[in-house]
Amino acid sequence: MPQSVDVRLDHITKRFHEVVAVDDLSLEVERGEFFSMLGPSGCGKTTTLRMIGGFEEATSGTIYLGDADVTGQPPFKRDVNTVFQNYALFPHLSVFENVAFGLRRRKVAASEIVTQVGAMLELVELPGYEARKPSQLSGGQQQRVALARALINRPRVLLLDEPLGALDLKLRKQMQLELKRIQTEVGITFIYVTHDQEEAMTMSDRIAVMRAGRIEQLGNPEELYERPRTAFVAGFLGVSNLLEGDVAGGDGSLVTVKLHDGTLLRAPADGAATTGPVRIGVRPEKLRVDARAEAGASNGLNALSGTVLDASYIGVSTQYLVQTAEGHRLTVYAQNLDTAGAGELLAGGQHVQLTWKPQHTFVISGTAEHVAGDPHLTEEGESA
Amino acid sequence: MTAAPAAATRRPGLGARLANLVLPVFTGLLLLFLFSPIGVMIAFSFNDPAGRQNITWQGFTVRNYFDLWGRSQITTPMINSLLIATVSTVVATTFGTMIGLALTRFAFRGRWIMNMLIFIPITAPEIILGASLLTLWVSLGVERGFLTILAAHIMFNISFVVVTVRARLAGMNQSLEEAGMDLYADGRTTFWKITFPIIFPGILSAALLAFALSIDDYVITLFSAGHTLTFPLWVFGVSRLGIPPEVNVLGTLIFLTAFAFIGVQLWGQRRQGRAAPITLVGR
Repeated sequence: MPQSVDVRLDHITKRFHEVVAVDDLSLEVERGEFFSMLGPSGCGKTTTLRMIGGFEEATSGTIYLGDADVTGQPPFKRDVNTVFQNYALFPHLSVFENVAFGLRRRKVAASEIVTQVGAMLELVELPGYEARKPSQLSGGQQQRVALARALINRPRVLLLDEPLGALDLKLRKQMQLELKRIQTEVGITFIYVTHDQEEAMTMSDRIAVMRAGRIEQLGNPEELYERPRTAFVAGFLGVSNLLEGDVAGGDGSLVTVKLHDGTLLRAPADGAATTGPVRIGVRPEKLRVDARAEAGASNGLNALSGTVLDASYIGVSTQYLVQTAEGHRLTVYAQNLDTAGAGELLAGGQHVQLTWKPQHTFVISGTAEHVAGDPHLTEEGESA
Repeated sequence: MTAAPAAATRRPGLGARLANLVLPVFTGLLLLFLFSPIGVMIAFSFNDPAGRQNITWQGFTVRNYFDLWGRSQITTPMINSLLIATVSTVVATTFGTMIGLALTRFAFRGRWIMNMLIFIPITAPEIILGASLLTLWVSLGVERGFLTILAAHIMFNISFVVVTVRARLAGMNQSLEEAGMDLYADGRTTFWKITFPIIFPGILSAALLAFALSIDDYVITLFSAGHTLTFPLWVFGVSRLGIPPEVNVLGTLIFLTAFAFIGVQLWGQRRQGRAAPITLVGR
């Protein structure tokens, strides 16, 4: 049985003068889902959210909430509520009146309002703050009031526009868990916009990675991380090592890719191209460094030999930069399982062999897209 | 212990002590310079002069405060001034607020020009504005009097209101209005429940400023007045013969009223915990 769909975007395009902010985007968000739109600034994620909320009008395309076409409707007629990036709490109203605002507009009885506001402040763990003004609250508390103010209306969909962006790291982590708890508790569909990949990974059921007004890849966090289909996704979610080659053949579940220096590597065949130039990638934590340079590819592992350029001891792991004979640089995160400390690091200049399981490899069709694929240029999008 | 107070008891040199006095003395002199005319005005409102001249102290009386209300040559200009100030403030504040909203919230053809034009009554010399108005009244064949003064005051007050309200609006986070719309308030409700309360301190500042500008305007008023007298015109007229103590009395009352307004506003700001200063330039 198909899930019921809460939000459906059908070929939505938004142009600001000559600039295309959202480009022919189609999307379905299911009921009760925690759905994130993730991407760098300017990718169109906030514009998309604002079109769902009714603050921007789509240049073309249709927006459905449930079965109803709401494309031309103003925000106050849509059954969605928004948590704004800067909270947008009404400074002249108390916490109580802020939270009660939506109920008052819908002519809910006064006694009912008191009960509901009380319960909502309980949910966001701010009971007793009714009389305060927003200016008397900390950033985290304002965030909770903004959430309560939107949630109390029990909208079909809650839209959140980088709601944790203004909080410090520790509070942000705490609020991530809190948001997820609240979402599970109230069972309302959340559409969450963020540029923080870790935030999206932590909370989301599904993530749409966006770039230049389009969805680059849509899937659950694990799919996106383990099986990125483009270099941009591979680079935006975590760090990845990409190597260029050509598909040389396949045997059922695995394809063989021949690198330009002749090395043969194997990767899962699912989905990706089966001929022509490709790039294959592997995450730094999947790589094993072996000091015996010619240990050989045993047990069907992929293997590459190279030279250690740099080693940094981070405590929980050690980060190596290894250069292959072909000149590719690979980042490796080695768990410090057996080492006793920084003294046992592999030294720069040492010949090593990198091995990893073919299942941990992903294939990206086509060739270079260097900027997007370079993990060092997209690392700012993640937090430590 | 005897060693400890040594540093404390060592007295600073004479030069240093004199230097410490410079700022307080200078400040005191400046305040004296600023406020002594007001002090003199208040003091002489209680003077009991022999003739028309109220320039030497003759003796204390409060009679001046009771005498003037029955004398129509004094009360009529004062009532004219208060009426013109009140009406021009209400009209200019209403329309000025609407113009300010239009200029900050909507993009329309000619907005840029409008933004420029609105500054002209503020920046142009009063004498020029007054003279141009006179030309206008004469060429239109309008008889000068109460209504022409009122029109002139509304004209210059609107500019000050627009600029003040616009500054307040520019400082207002626009997503507040979006939040109102998001929470089921239509445009009208959002304005009255969100925008208006938030910009109200700015509107109030603008209104007070407009009232103050109107009640003591002389130059522009003179050109539009005809035979109608306002308080400043009357004061200027009688001052050529000698200033009677009634001028001081009315001056003192206006001063006290203004003082009370400032007090109320400061109290309001303190209560709200945020400043709503009278700002003339947009941010």
